Amino acid sequence: MAISKRIVLHFPRRLVEQPVIYRLVKDYNLEFNILKASITAEPEEEGLMVLELKGEQEEYDNGINFLLKTGVKIQSLSQDFTRNEERCTHCGACITICPPGAFELDPETRQVKFVDEKCVACGLCIKACPPRAMEVHF
Amino acid sequence: MKTIDEINEKIKQGKALVVTAEEIIDLVKEKGVKKATQEVDVVTTGTFGPMCSSGAYFNIGHSKPRIKLGGGRTYLNDVLAYPGLAAVDLFLGANALPDDDPRNRVHPGEFNYGGGNVIEELVAGKDIRLTATAYGTDCYPRKKLETWINIKDLNEVVLFNIRNAYQNYNVAVNLSDKTIYTYMGVLKPHLGNANYCSAGQLSPLQNDPHYKTIGIGTKIFLGGGVGYVAWQGTQHNPNVLRSENGVPKRGAGTLAVIGDLKQMSPKWLVGTSMFGYGCTITVGVGVPIPILSEEILRYTAVTDDDIWAPIVDYSDAYPNQKPDILGEVSYAQLKSGSIAVQGKKVPTGSLSSYLRAVEIANILKEWILSGQFLLTEPVALLPGVESGVTFKPLKERPLET
Ligand code: SF4
Ligand code: SF4
Repeated sequence: MAISKRIVLHFPRRLVEQPVIYRLVKDYNLEFNILKASITAEPEEEGLMVLELKGEQEEYDNGINFLLKTGVKIQSLSQDFTRNEERCTHCGACITICPPGAFELDPETRQVKFVDEKCVACGLCIKACPPRAMEVHF
Repeated sequence: MKTIDEINEKIKQGKALVVTAEEIIDLVKEKGVKKATQEVDVVTTGTFGPMCSSGAYFNIGHSKPRIKLGGGRTYLNDVLAYPGLAAVDLFLGANALPDDDPRNRVHPGEFNYGGGNVIEELVAGKDIRLTATAYGTDCYPRKKLETWINIKDLNEVVLFNIRNAYQNYNVAVNLSDKTIYTYMGVLKPHLGNANYCSAGQLSPLQNDPHYKTIGIGTKIFLGGGVGYVAWQGTQHNPNVLRSENGVPKRGAGTLAVIGDLKQMSPKWLVGTSMFGYGCTITVGVGVPIPILSEEILRYTAVTDDDIWAPIVDYSDAYPNQKPDILGEVSYAQLKSGSIAVQGKKVPTGSLSSYLRAVEIANILKEWILSGQFLLTEPVALLPGVESGVTFKPLKERPLET
């Protein structure tokens, strides 16, 4: 079964220069799409990459295992962008801002739903949300 | 015809019929104006959106030795508060910022913390850091004060918002080719989105478009507690274009509201950051409308289909005070998720929470039904169309000729 998942990779310093992603393609037959990549300087240099990974379930699992063995830390994206439900006022200012449309207005209840599977981690909602209800955890 | 006294009598006896401004719509459709007027006593309204011109004043009590903050500088969690009233009275505005906030030096600025956030934390019972310098006098010798303060220890703590609950508001769009960051939110280029900010059919002044019942002294829901209408709000402008039903098609009326902050709640006073614009506060306001006549009832039955707002370009027309609008849309259209502007389908977003507006109207309804909240007779009405009051632009006169 083919699957597609969005994940966040944290590379320790020693791996930043290694062709880790290349191995995913070559050895595990996975397709990838880089959604975001950066290297943070503090406290110790670390690479961060938000990736969309596609492939067969088995190969995907093997690829993830390979990454974990090299020392890359993996988080799934849906956990990284969360909404502080206490702060969200259900105004709807985020709806037109979010590129993949991860915020949906329920026309009946007028609630704004956050569909985290749709989130591509662009970060636009963080500052566009007036009460600052959207949070990112890396 | 009913009087407010009669309605209060029914409230005390637990016999009043109270419905929200949303519920009244179907009730009137079902029963007709005449029957509904006989049956319904109060219609409750609500709105919850970012509202500038909000602030709080408080008296912190005198220190030992005494300090006179007036003429000095005072900060609350590093946010500038205005001390220029007296020795220990302060006014904190929702838009105030810390001196070292970078503002828009790198545009768009984030504006993560300002006066609105301090008010939210104050009402939540959190300790607030007060730092002040003063010039010292014989009777107020102290020149420096640094202390934690907490709402429970302060003397009067009063929310006093000099312009809230705008009767109607612009729909903001961006015709330019770059993203703009406004008090109406982030507006994407080439009509990428349209933002509006009103509870529409639930909004207090939209349900009493000619200010027949809402006036000075009207008791209201404010920030989760009880407040009062203190005056017409600043920029109150009854003389705008109105629909046949009397409902303004432009900004129009506003309210100045006041209430004891100690009985309010952070759920209904939320510090708010407008990316690239500044800090403000999201305020919950709900006003009860006594059904004194068929005319008043008819006004409260207004629907989102009957309320129209102007579409304004915030890349040029708004900043440059040009009167041009790009058309008018109803709140029903706005709430459908998209509107048509210049032949283009534009997705809509709101800054005001309709969900929370409904909640406010329902809370107010419960308060009245429980008998704990009686209606007040306004001591004076707000200026209406006949007053001739308008909202004038600044007449600039150069200092040097
Ligand atoms: S903009 Fe923020 S507060 Fe408003 S609905 Fe979206 S997440 Fe909630
Ligand atoms: S981070 Fe981007 S994609 Fe994810 S919810 Fe926010 S705006 Fe949408």
